[in-house]
Amino acid sequence: MTLRSWSLLPVRLVATVLLGAPLGIVLVYSLLTRGDYGGVEFPWTAESFTRLLDPLYLGILWRSLWIATSATVICALAGFPLALFIARSGRWRNLWLQLVLLPFWTSFLVRTYAWIFILRDTGLVNTTLLSLGLIHKPLPLLYNDGAVLAGLVYNYLPFFVLPLYATLERLDGALPEAAADLGAPPWRTLWRVTLPLSKPGIVAGSVLVFVPCLGAYLTPDLLGGGKTVMLGNLVQNQFTSARDWPFGAAVSMVVLLVSALLLAAFLRHRTAQELL
Amino acid sequence: MGPVLELRKVVKDYPGHRAVDGISLSLERGRFYSLVGPSGCGKTTTLRLVGGFEKPTSGEVWLDGVMVNALPPHQRDVSTVFQSYALFPHLSALENVAFGLRERRVPDAVKRAQDALARVHLSTKAASKPAQLSGGERQRVALARSLVLEPKLLLLDEPLAALDPNLRGQMRAELKALQRSTGITFLFITHDREEALSMSDELAVMNAGRIEQMAAPESAYLQPVSRFVAGFLGPVNWFGDIGVRPERIRLTTVPGEEASLQATVDSLLFFGNSIQVHVRLNDGPRVSAEIPAGSQVFREGESVWLSWSRADEMRLP
Amino acid sequence: MKGRGLGVWAALTLVFLHAPLLVLVLFSFNSSRFTVWEGFSFTWYQAALADPQLAEGLLNSIVIAAFASVIATVIGTLAAYGMWKRPATWLAGTLYLSLLTPEIVTGVSLLALFQWTFRYLNLHLGLYTVIAAHVAFSVAYVMIVVSARLRQYDRSLEEAAMDLGATEWSAFRRVTLPYLAPAVAAAALLALVVSFDDYVITSLVAGVDSETLPMVVYAMARRGVSPILNAVSAFVVVVFGALIVASQRLQES
Repeated sequence: MTLRSWSLLPVRLVATVLLGAPLGIVLVYSLLTRGDYGGVEFPWTAESFTRLLDPLYLGILWRSLWIATSATVICALAGFPLALFIARSGRWRNLWLQLVLLPFWTSFLVRTYAWIFILRDTGLVNTTLLSLGLIHKPLPLLYNDGAVLAGLVYNYLPFFVLPLYATLERLDGALPEAAADLGAPPWRTLWRVTLPLSKPGIVAGSVLVFVPCLGAYLTPDLLGGGKTVMLGNLVQNQFTSARDWPFGAAVSMVVLLVSALLLAAFLRHRTAQELL
Repeated sequence: MGPVLELRKVVKDYPGHRAVDGISLSLERGRFYSLVGPSGCGKTTTLRLVGGFEKPTSGEVWLDGVMVNALPPHQRDVSTVFQSYALFPHLSALENVAFGLRERRVPDAVKRAQDALARVHLSTKAASKPAQLSGGERQRVALARSLVLEPKLLLLDEPLAALDPNLRGQMRAELKALQRSTGITFLFITHDREEALSMSDELAVMNAGRIEQMAAPESAYLQPVSRFVAGFLGPVNWFGDIGVRPERIRLTTVPGEEASLQATVDSLLFFGNSIQVHVRLNDGPRVSAEIPAGSQVFREGESVWLSWSRADEMRLP
Repeated sequence: MKGRGLGVWAALTLVFLHAPLLVLVLFSFNSSRFTVWEGFSFTWYQAALADPQLAEGLLNSIVIAAFASVIATVIGTLAAYGMWKRPATWLAGTLYLSLLTPEIVTGVSLLALFQWTFRYLNLHLGLYTVIAAHVAFSVAYVMIVVSARLRQYDRSLEEAAMDLGATEWSAFRRVTLPYLAPAVAAAALLALVVSFDDYVITSLVAGVDSETLPMVVYAMARRGVSPILNAVSAFVVVVFGALIVASQRLQES
């Protein structure tokens, strides 16, 4: 055996046993019947998938798509100017970039908890507003779609800024200057030159934000307070309290399939490989 | 003793193309050989086949009387100076040179590495890391690293390509002197005809995976076996099947005795030691001639006669 | 949009990114248990240190992260090296997919695997299932960091080593590994962080005796805000920050 085969042996083992096999089992479970005491039983059935068409679950699917889309759009609106600013900030670029990334590297759980601390009835915002006399009873800021959206945008904004920055940074500095030289005012230059050329970065950022938001579990769980059920929570619920493994497995497969399709479509983009 | 390297009908295929197309050659001990050709002609692949980094699709590689097709690089008694020099960035110059000695568990590795560095005039840089060395110094470390192992054959993969032009000229002389003093057979890969012509005892011109001609530089230059070799080793004016090198063309204001053609001077390019004269024959084609500077003055638009001696004709259909 | 407007917008976005954590750290030093600043104190840090559940969670997290990051670093580094020698498309695809699979899906799939295995073996969920799960999702991170460094590695360096008499293994050990060392260390720190941070997957595959720090934190956060949690958060923010800065320094060197 060559050194290459030896060096790939452990990772092949991990990929097969701990990555491939579990997904295979979930796929099989999604096509089986729910057992009387949890678990799975024969016969084979596609019932778990057809159940997804139930209005209740279609509602959850719709809500997940809606929240993930909104989070992506907000990230784009907030992230584009930020990325543009960093790309144009000369030798300070790296410092700014580090500042964007630093909170991202602190614990996901802590970052989400920070929003509970800020938004709850006795949290920072409500306490401050109450003490200033601007409100007389706490605003219902936590445990709703808005809180989930805030948490998702907060957690995934760097995913949008990073690839977009990479694209903008490579943009030839002379191009906007040429546009200005040809008589385009800054706004028109942005619209006609910078924006079209940064499309690969925008596409990359959108996919990288949308996919984890669609499968999000922890953020809606903690900030939605059980009211905002997204696909991730549905999966968790079916595998734990509801003990309907086939249905949980089917939802998992759908989430995974949508994520994989989006990423595959994105990876076919020639620019994707350059950015990753 | 037999040849130090022998290639027998060596073929190397890559998916979709044939890089080396049945090469046979034989190198004698203690001489300086060049493998020269345009980029993509298969010369680097040939070198990698000898070094053991590639396995031939068919054919045989013999080193010093032993068939080495199946031997990995570390078991072949040849050494390579890479185009990028491939110095180990985490090791000092001295440790780079000692690398192969340590691999062979030679007892006085450091002492011998120091001697080898002295030989390439780099004793003062022994402790420097490659990043702290200039291009020429890196080149010398790479040479010392290979030569210290006293290989039967030294392979050099375009080692001068990365150097600036002045240094390149100096290194040519140095390389040749090093080959003479060590007595090791050098196989030098280059796409630069001047390097091949000036340094080699014998050169092989490669084209499209084949060796077109293997000969001493002078005879390859003067008696090329193909139009490709003729054109690759220097500029040629073609008159039908006959080729004449620019420096062999005489320009006169009166008709010459041998082959003689009338032409008009188009332009003159001054090169310091020579002048390139571009002329247009009366029936259309352009010809270039190279004459020593200061010999005779021509003017643009002037009418001249071209001539050359029969002995300088290269007849290549 | 140009000039100042852009700068103001960028500043606001950065405030949005940093303020929540800064406020959290600030209030971890508040002497009051309410969200009103009263005075500076270490009360909540002392309380956190005295909490046996937090201590047990921290210990478990350290053990798991240490094992998982070492194993993942070895496997991931070898994987990057093997794929650098010759690409392995399917394997790389599987690893990338593991990065992009929603955590909840990874978690339930590993749970399903372990439950299925336990039908045949007399075992139950515990520290080692958590370690296995963490290895599974951190190998890809290690591979990406090490691969990035290998991409700038001159292939002729290994060839030169072998040309000078080194075997393939010796060339790897004496030339390639020293070159990779900073990236391997950076990858190990990254693996340590992603392992230490994980809640979703861990909570699904952990046994009763293997509650990790994030699991304790989650339970506290679910119950509501406790100032002790602010102190724990501040601690995690500082430790993670230090590890990540160290990791990035190593990658840049």
